[in-house]
Amino acid sequence: MCRLSAITSDNYFSVMENILALETMKEGHDGSGLGLVLKDLGGEFEHLKEYPILSGVCSNRGLETLDSYMDSMGFKVKFMWEPKIRGSKDVQARDHYLVKVYQYPDEYKNRSFDEKEMLLMNTRLALRKMGEADESIFAFSFYPDVITLKEVGDPLAVAEFFGLDRDPLKAKIIFAQGRQNTNYVIYLYACHPFFIQGYCSMTNGENTAFVPIREYLTSRGFPGYMGYNSDSEVFTHILHYSLRQLGYPLHYYKDIITPLKDSEIEQRSDREAVALMKKSLRPLCIDGPNCVIGFTPDGTTFMVQDSKKLRPGVVGGSKGKYALMSEECGLDSAIDARNRSKDIFPMKYDMVIVPPGAQEVKVWNQLQF
Amino acid sequence: MEPAAVLDNNHHLSYHELPYIIRWREDRCTRCGRCTAVCPVKAIEPSVMVQRLVMSDGKTPMPSMVRHVMHVVRQVTDIERYCTGCGTCTLVCPNMAIEPEYNPHNKFLTHKNRGGVSYKRGGRRNDPSVSTVDKLKFTRISMLTDPALDAGRHEFHVRTLLGRNLPPEELPLKTENGKLVVDRESGRFVPPVREIFPIRIGSMSIGALSPPMWEGLAMGVTYLNEVEGIPVVMCSGEGGLPPRLLKSRFLKYFIIQIASGYFGWDEIIHALPDMVEDPCAIEIKYGQGAKPGDGGLLMAYKVLKLIAKIRGVPMYVDLASPPTHQTQYSIEEAVAKMIQSMSMAWGFRVPVYPKISGTKTAKAVLNNLARNPYAAALCIDGEDGGTGAAYNVSMDKMGHPIVSNIRECYLDLVKQGRQNELPLIAAGGMGKRGNLAANAAAMIMLGASAVDTGKYMMQATAGCFGDEYNRCNLCNTGRCPRGITTQDPSLYRRLDADKVAERVVEVFKSAETEFKKIFAPMGRSTQLPIGMSDGLSVGDKAIADRLQIDYAC
Repeated sequence: MCRLSAITSDNYFSVMENILALETMKEGHDGSGLGLVLKDLGGEFEHLKEYPILSGVCSNRGLETLDSYMDSMGFKVKFMWEPKIRGSKDVQARDHYLVKVYQYPDEYKNRSFDEKEMLLMNTRLALRKMGEADESIFAFSFYPDVITLKEVGDPLAVAEFFGLDRDPLKAKIIFAQGRQNTNYVIYLYACHPFFIQGYCSMTNGENTAFVPIREYLTSRGFPGYMGYNSDSEVFTHILHYSLRQLGYPLHYYKDIITPLKDSEIEQRSDREAVALMKKSLRPLCIDGPNCVIGFTPDGTTFMVQDSKKLRPGVVGGSKGKYALMSEECGLDSAIDARNRSKDIFPMKYDMVIVPPGAQEVKVWNQLQF
Repeated sequence: MEPAAVLDNNHHLSYHELPYIIRWREDRCTRCGRCTAVCPVKAIEPSVMVQRLVMSDGKTPMPSMVRHVMHVVRQVTDIERYCTGCGTCTLVCPNMAIEPEYNPHNKFLTHKNRGGVSYKRGGRRNDPSVSTVDKLKFTRISMLTDPALDAGRHEFHVRTLLGRNLPPEELPLKTENGKLVVDRESGRFVPPVREIFPIRIGSMSIGALSPPMWEGLAMGVTYLNEVEGIPVVMCSGEGGLPPRLLKSRFLKYFIIQIASGYFGWDEIIHALPDMVEDPCAIEIKYGQGAKPGDGGLLMAYKVLKLIAKIRGVPMYVDLASPPTHQTQYSIEEAVAKMIQSMSMAWGFRVPVYPKISGTKTAKAVLNNLARNPYAAALCIDGEDGGTGAAYNVSMDKMGHPIVSNIRECYLDLVKQGRQNELPLIAAGGMGKRGNLAANAAAMIMLGASAVDTGKYMMQATAGCFGDEYNRCNLCNTGRCPRGITTQDPSLYRRLDADKVAERVVEVFKSAETEFKKIFAPMGRSTQLPIGMSDGLSVGDKAIADRLQIDYAC
């Protein structure tokens, strides 16, 4: 089972807080990868918020390909950050870990953000395609104010390998996942968290409904719905599809992946809409066992469970800083000074939502709406 | 002088040409005559034989020859009275003295065309081999990485949707104060959708079935809905519904079929103003898997008073349905119009869908329906479907297997992103070897939304003798020894409608349990796992490749 550590705060904090929480939750063999997504960046990135950041990994040859492609597209490098790699017997170093901040091509400077988003996603997909066969390029995200880092190995060892303990990246929202390798070969594209156009999620557990969901998403005609090296990637894309493509409010994500029974829908004030939605989005229903933690472009973070609550998950903290963890010991590690009696263990109908700025935590219940 | 041909019986058939040979035990038989009286085809008859016996009565052996006349039960070798192997004789025999035995070396089909009349029968394809759907195994078992569910404790929602689902982009929804609401000003048509149990009782008409058989099925279905809460529905077949049922609140459990003869539809249309419930759906039959390209036929002797009234025809006339609808000149126009007309009759509140035979052209039909906003589903009936009457050649040699037909249609819908819009219903051979729920679950994982079953229901609920060794299959003659497919009161009084209804309930309750036992270890419970093809494997590489599932051995 994957360990999930998400923290949202109104102040910039170090990514090591997430890593140490992962370390606390570690049990048994648990070292096949670390995935990090940082949003609302601090430090050197604080004043570069409107510029898109390309995060990825590449070989020397891949870097040449990437640079020449980005150049041909008209992207100009504005700033670059590279982790200060410290050799480790546990982590096999690759040639380049990229975090490059670009300026939009001139012709896009005055375009709408929607158009810019499509450009960024299509560029990321093009890079992915170029480097996928020979694994010379991995492109994880290309979006303003978001960084993704991924590598295979024990999470703490990987963090030290990246030098994050000495020179930590800082952000207001950080998602970290320590991946246990089970069904899939250790492959960077299978590592959570997954990100698409401002939406991000990570999950623990298996998704038994993976194939029909994958088929449904890939047949939506949206180029970003691809990959699926992990059965958890569909959770991110369902989030994107429900909110961005269909324009539904966030809590309907819960209604889509874990629909209520018809008799329960009858109790809802929006019953007619929910009943229609349930039928039309039937292929996106999950059966778990899953706990999903995600964020949306505005910086809202949330946690939901499958409809039988077959995986652990807890949310706690205090005004200004909340953590969403797969286990309580991780929460203790991240935010020890809190009122434990207010910790929230979301049950099968709940969606725990922490609005941007982490000033409060809300529990939205599917039955009470 | 008699010709040698008569003296040596040269033009007679031997028992070995016949499909079943009667094994009669002289030592057990009491000569009660029940077997010969009950035989539906008069394949056995009382007869006499002369025996030569060596007897000795005295204290010392003094053998002498006597001629003894013995009463026997003899099988006839007339091809028109061949033993069908139904075994009714065995059933009525008090002393276990008689039974038919299958003769695998028979040359029955070689001879069954006397008078230039081809062999006609009821039943389904005579192919006892393991069908493709029975070769499929459920191999994605949740083990340790994800917990298997508990079939006895967790909640399972084993239901499917019959009707067209709009794609989410086309739903008339808008957001108001953070809530989704239905936009009534959008003017969008939201097609009717029914939530039903994923196994339906396929189309078998009143007329083809005897009164107690049809009543038994109907009562069982009603009980399942009203008492057990399992929303099983059944299809009327071609030939209408009893007038009282049309005007009752139970109509919602029935799918009314319209086929090329339009039998019963005058009565149905006239009953429309008096209907208190809408039917579950309307099925437009364009083809039948058992006899593709053939129309239906209800023999004159089955058209009794009740049947004539329901169908709106005179008594005792052959009721032939043409092979195709007379108005069917193009799928683009005629079929679309028929779907629309039927929808309009019920104010667009009832799903209307076509049923076709399995065929290589199914994808073309599917693609047309996918673009028709009023088409509610597509039912495909494969080559293993059953029928009350057809030419043997149609049943045995015509038609398309259902499994790859459904799979390629589903994958085609996936390619278009319409897999949730147009439900596919698989029929033909479901439960052929008794594995009804397993067959249905496998078809669902290949992409079907539901399956139809007919023959299995007759076997399970009324003891139909028919099998793939051509046993019985007398449905077309009106002499069904079980009283299932006959209008002869002396035959159908053997069948108790209440017992049929009880068995219907037992079959579906058991199927629901088996569904849970299949879905639970695969970690699925909230929705039917339509298209969950990673759950399946097969031990035949060619089938695996064709169905795009895993090969496991």
